Amino acid sequence: MFETLLFYVFSGVAIVASALVIGQRNPMYSIMLLIASFGALSGLYIQLDAPFVAMAQVIVYAGAIMVLFLFVVMLLNAPQEDAAEWDRTHPLRRPGVARFGALLAGLLIIQLVWALVRVNDASAAVGARGDVAAISSVRSVGRVLFTDYLFAFEATSILILVAMVGAVLLAAREPGR
Amino acid sequence: MIPLGHYLIVSAILFAIGTAGVFLRRNLITILLSIEIMLNAVNLSFVAFGRAQGNVDGQIITFFVMTVAAAEAAVGLAIVIGLFRHRESLNPDAFTSLKW
Repeated sequence: MFETLLFYVFSGVAIVASALVIGQRNPMYSIMLLIASFGALSGLYIQLDAPFVAMAQVIVYAGAIMVLFLFVVMLLNAPQEDAAEWDRTHPLRRPGVARFGALLAGLLIIQLVWALVRVNDASAAVGARGDVAAISSVRSVGRVLFTDYLFAFEATSILILVAMVGAVLLAAREPGR
Repeated sequence: MIPLGHYLIVSAILFAIGTAGVFLRRNLITILLSIEIMLNAVNLSFVAFGRAQGNVDGQIITFFVMTVAAAEAAVGLAIVIGLFRHRESLNPDAFTSLKW
């Protein structure tokens, strides 16, 4: 019972905060709300017996990636300068087209939920199968990560290296300007 | 216990919110944030499916998604900084030089 209540609280916070993220004019508020949403999601991960993913969510996502976003927003110092002007002039912000975009997203949600209703045993309790101690332990996660997924893990390190070089190259000022 | 379908529906709603953000917002930073929302929605369904199957593979895919999200955020924000230097704007419609 308590667990069900927690589930609804966490998912409610995640959904409301995410909806507010795209409703904010000021990117700074968007980022803060997204951190709240990620915190609620990490609560859901704990309920799903994945405490390591929950901690990685808080540390990597809310801690590192969102700080990167915050840093860029502060660096550019352009919180909402365009919003008012573009609201008036840009065709995509006119009510009719904006409604069309919202309609498309609503259609997507209906389609996804419709597909989910038809999934087999979607109504089975999520924690019914498997050994909780084995699933939630970092030891078993690490063992699978470094055996079955070793190649993907090593490929990830190359991805990170390429992303780092790319970010430095893209953001560096061209010499002589 | 909570059914698997509930987690999947939360994930679907989050994904649709992210999609709506990409469609509706005209600010590069907010569009990147919406992409992060979509990645997180998919992470949630990976972990929920993994838990329902009773193995750790869902969690491991989630780590890879997080890594890709970090790389994407770093490169995407570098591009945003570069674009802002050229046009002094974060509106994607300000960058139409390549448009025919």
